[in-house]
Amino acid sequence: MIKVIFKDTEREIQGNITIRELITGLGLNPQSVLALRDGKLVNNETRLGNEGEIRLISVISGG
Amino acid sequence: MGVHRCRRCEADSVIYMRQHRLALCDIHFMEWVEEMTLGFIRKHRMFEPEDRVLVAVSGGKDSLSLWRILLKLGYQADGLYVDLGIDEGGSYSKRSGEHAKKFAGEIPPEAKLHVLDLADIYGKTVPEMASRRKGGRRKLCSVCGLVKRHEMNRAARELGYTVLATGHNLDDEAAVLFGNVLRWEAEYLVRQSPVLPADDIGLVKRAKPLARFYERETAAYAIVGNIDYILDECPFSTGATSLRLKEVLNSMENSSPGTKLSFYFSFLRAKENNIFPGYDRPELSPCEKCGQATGAGGLCAFCRLI
Repeated sequence: MIKVIFKDTEREIQGNITIRELITGLGLNPQSVLALRDGKLVNNETRLGNEGEIRLISVISGG
Repeated sequence: MGVHRCRRCEADSVIYMRQHRLALCDIHFMEWVEEMTLGFIRKHRMFEPEDRVLVAVSGGKDSLSLWRILLKLGYQADGLYVDLGIDEGGSYSKRSGEHAKKFAGEIPPEAKLHVLDLADIYGKTVPEMASRRKGGRRKLCSVCGLVKRHEMNRAARELGYTVLATGHNLDDEAAVLFGNVLRWEAEYLVRQSPVLPADDIGLVKRAKPLARFYERETAAYAIVGNIDYILDECPFSTGATSLRLKEVLNSMENSSPGTKLSFYFSFLRAKENNIFPGYDRPELSPCEKCGQATGAGGLCAFCRLI
C-alpha cells in the first residue's frame, strides 16, 4: 500500500499505478497538484510500486 | 525519449508538460523556465537590464520564483512586501511576511526587500478598511486588490523604480480572461496584457514575466529550486470566483492539453489584430490627494476608502 499525504489528510491506497492515476483516483485534477517522493518532485507518468509515501502539494492559489 | 527522460540530457524527468510534450529533469527544467522567461520579457519589451524593477512579493511560490529568476537573469530586481494585516485566525500575513524576509536573507545582499505595513501607515489593516464598506467577503477581496495596486504603485514611484513586476502566471491570466469573456467586459479585455505601459499621471509600467507558465510549473520551479514559500492560501480566498474559473479551465486542460495556453495566447494575438476596436481607456486625471490616476475625478478609489 502507498501512503498518500494531501493537506491535512493521510490515506493508504493500492499501489502499482501511475501518479496520474493516483491523483485522479482521489478526485483531484493533475493540473492542480504536484507529487513529491522523499521531498523530490516526481513526474506524473511515473509508475509506483506498492510501498512508499507520496505527498501531494496543491498548486492553485486564489488571489 | 517520451515522458520519463529529460529531453535535454536523458536523466530521469521530474516533470512532463503535456501542452509542450516536454519532459525535463530538475536542472534542465529550471534552465528552461529561466530561458523562456527571458524570451517573454524581451518579446514584450517588459524591461531592460538597466531598469530598476520592483517585484511585488507575497511570500508565495509565484512571486518568490519570479524574484529568484530575475536575479539569476541579471536584472536589477528588489522586492516589495505589503503587509495587509490578514492575521485573524491564522496569522496569514505575518507568516507570508516571514517567508518573504527569509527568502530575502538568502539572495545577494544588493537585492533589497522593502516592507510596507498598512496598519503602520494608515492605522488600518485591509480587513478593517473593508469593514467600512457594505457587502460580504467579495468586497474584502475587491478592497484588497484596490489597496495592493495603489500601494505597490505608490512604492514603486516613491522609491524610483521604473517597472513593477508581479508573479501572475498563465492560470491567473486565463481565469481573469475567462471571467471577463463570460461577461463580455470589453473594457477590461482590451486592457489585459502581460505588460502595461506607464502613463504620464503616475502609473508605473507593470509587467507579468511569468504569464506564459502554468501554475503547476511555477510551483514546480519553487520546489525544485528549494524556495521555501507559504503553502497556505489567504483565508478569505475559499470559494473565490477565480478558483472556480481555474477549476473549469483545468478540467478542460486535463481532457485537452494546451487549452489554457491556446486560450490566453490566441486572445493576445486577436487583440493585436484589433479584435476590440473602439474601446479606448476613459480619460484619467490625478487624484486630488495622492496624485495617482483616477477615472472618476476628485479623489481616487483608494483615498476615498481610507
